[in-house]
Amino acid sequence: MDDKDRDMLISIGPQHPALKEPTSFSLALRGEKIDAIQVKIGYNHRGIEKGCESRTYIQDMYLLERICGICSHAHSTAYVQAVETIAGLQVPRRALYIRTLIGELERIHSHLLWLGVAGHEIGFDTLLMYTWRDREAVMDLLAELTGNRVNYGINTIGGVRRDLTKEEGEKILKIIDKLEEQTKYYVQIAQEESTLIQRLSGVGKLPKADALRLGAVGPTARASSIAFDVRKDDPYAAYGELDFKVVSADQADVYGRTVVRLGELLEAYSLIRQVIKNLPDGPIAVRAPRKIPAGEALSRYEAPRGEDVHYVKANGTDMPERVKVRAPTLANSQAIAKMLEDRYLADLPIVVAAIDPCFSCTDRAIEVEGKGLMSWEKLRQYSIDWYRKQGVDFRNVKRII
Amino acid sequence: MLSALFNILVFPGLLFLSFLGTTAEYIDRKLYARFQNRVGPPWFQPVADLIKLFGKSEVVPEEADPAMFKLVPLVALAATCAAYLYIPIWGTKALYYFKGDLIVILYLLTLPTFTFFLGGWYSRSLYATIGAIRSVTQLFAYEIPLLLAVLAPALLANTWSLSEMVEYYTVHPWYWLFNLIGFGVALIALLGKLERVPFDSPEAETEIVAGSFTEYSGRFLAFFRWAIDIEAVVGASLLAAVFMPFGLGYAPVVAFTLYLIKILFILCLLTLARTVMARLRIDQMIDFCWRIVAPVAFLQILINLILKEILL
Repeated sequence: MDDKDRDMLISIGPQHPALKEPTSFSLALRGEKIDAIQVKIGYNHRGIEKGCESRTYIQDMYLLERICGICSHAHSTAYVQAVETIAGLQVPRRALYIRTLIGELERIHSHLLWLGVAGHEIGFDTLLMYTWRDREAVMDLLAELTGNRVNYGINTIGGVRRDLTKEEGEKILKIIDKLEEQTKYYVQIAQEESTLIQRLSGVGKLPKADALRLGAVGPTARASSIAFDVRKDDPYAAYGELDFKVVSADQADVYGRTVVRLGELLEAYSLIRQVIKNLPDGPIAVRAPRKIPAGEALSRYEAPRGEDVHYVKANGTDMPERVKVRAPTLANSQAIAKMLEDRYLADLPIVVAAIDPCFSCTDRAIEVEGKGLMSWEKLRQYSIDWYRKQGVDFRNVKRII
Repeated sequence: MLSALFNILVFPGLLFLSFLGTTAEYIDRKLYARFQNRVGPPWFQPVADLIKLFGKSEVVPEEADPAMFKLVPLVALAATCAAYLYIPIWGTKALYYFKGDLIVILYLLTLPTFTFFLGGWYSRSLYATIGAIRSVTQLFAYEIPLLLAVLAPALLANTWSLSEMVEYYTVHPWYWLFNLIGFGVALIALLGKLERVPFDSPEAETEIVAGSFTEYSGRFLAFFRWAIDIEAVVGASLLAAVFMPFGLGYAPVVAFTLYLIKILFILCLLTLARTVMARLRIDQMIDFCWRIVAPVAFLQILINLILKEILL
């Protein structure tokens, strides 16, 4: 990017008001137009996969739940499903239904959050305030059902940890009715507010062929008329027994992604009503062994942002040998550069926001620039040396354990 | 001499304007918050913000031109305050007036935008540079429609002096109703001038941090904020004087109360606009201003030219 014609090189991130998490976009601008873009992720590597290898299966569940602050249930369910497959556990149906219920409530709060963020990115703060106000109702509901607003901790290997009472079911239905009314109002705004349409329509185009080539998932792919949804195509939990349709749109732009998410909100309300109506009786969990027999499994989960994939390899001990997580943002972030081709600087925030990025969830690897691949021991030594150079010597730190 | 100093510094000058400006900001923020189902700030928040900013240390970027960087916020403040002296607020006559003061008012109200440009340009930061360029680009889009919109009532009154215009409309009390289209155009232009949503792309937070003001801090930022608060009031006062000149012939107390109600009405309209709309891209903004707003402003001029033939 050293062309003389370009007006300026500008970097959005790693710290920038448009970004809620550290990522970096290097832009070459020609006037207001984006000429070239370089996306860089990897600022938030937390070593979670490695951490899993030295913790028990149950501990891992809580660790993996903390990958994402929004779709925590997606990660814990995907992991638990993989472990249950290896152990050959028969999860009770009631547990599957409760998992589905929490998963859909999570989708609602995630999509409402997205709608607000999208509004904020295009300077429509009123939408942000409205959706986040409504989102509080779901958050409080989740806190009431599971004990937590974000990391619910409702899953356990072999089922769920908390049962659902009849009164709680009725309360959910009441709140869902209210939210549905609000969502219909947002749908109306999306159809009528002209500045909103002007900012979203035709922005961040991702034709179907490109979406397939770049491996987009979730609402990003569905807005490019790829009607793929793990819930439908590879049903898990209770989705196989429930009636719902995969929402897709053919606009292939940010407006389409908004339409898809709004449609999914309405579908989620209907799913929750079905779950509560058809909630089977019975136990909520089966006893799981502490040591999981050797084997491996891959589990897929349709997180609010798209397909979440967990791979678990067991070696017969109480700790997994390997856990691999592919968060949906990794799949979608490939498409950002394509979506921003020939667009304006002003479109960058909304186009990036439209994949509903969760960069911290994505970072599974970190590359120390110019060092190539490193073995675990070498990396450890490198970090010790690096800190020593900064004046931090861990030899002087007292060991507590 | 002393009375002139009083006029400049106390009433209707800096002190009174600052009071109006911070009150206007409070009303804007409170109303915006209530529209959005929030509680909103307490009444003293805008003043508290300014005092806090004045107390903070300021950072001047190493690459910035220090003289320009420090000077332009003061120019913005001075220009807006000066413009106010030519606007009639409690009677048909402003404090100072001469033939052609309308042009001077419009010129003085253009200066703040230029200071935003200069401030951003001389901070040498990339975000500030983009913000500065957008400020000036936007200026070209709204300034002409504003000029045309204000020109139309002046044509009817056959004068270039705001005070004489107000006198004309006091003699012909219902003629202001002819200028309603121009009022709409001027409101849109004022939104652009004040860089409010939907025309706030020069300081779009999610794209270019704070635009021209990215590198500003401490009292220099405070001066800018102060100037913008005052600019909102002065802009609203100009619109009130040009497009709602009724009632200025009454006793000063009544006229002044009416004036306050008028600017409150205009400020509420501005807040409403920023509540219900999203930010337009700079290219969309220019498109909108040149394709729709400017022709509509011309229509107003045409109407007034025809009216002039009929009425006079």
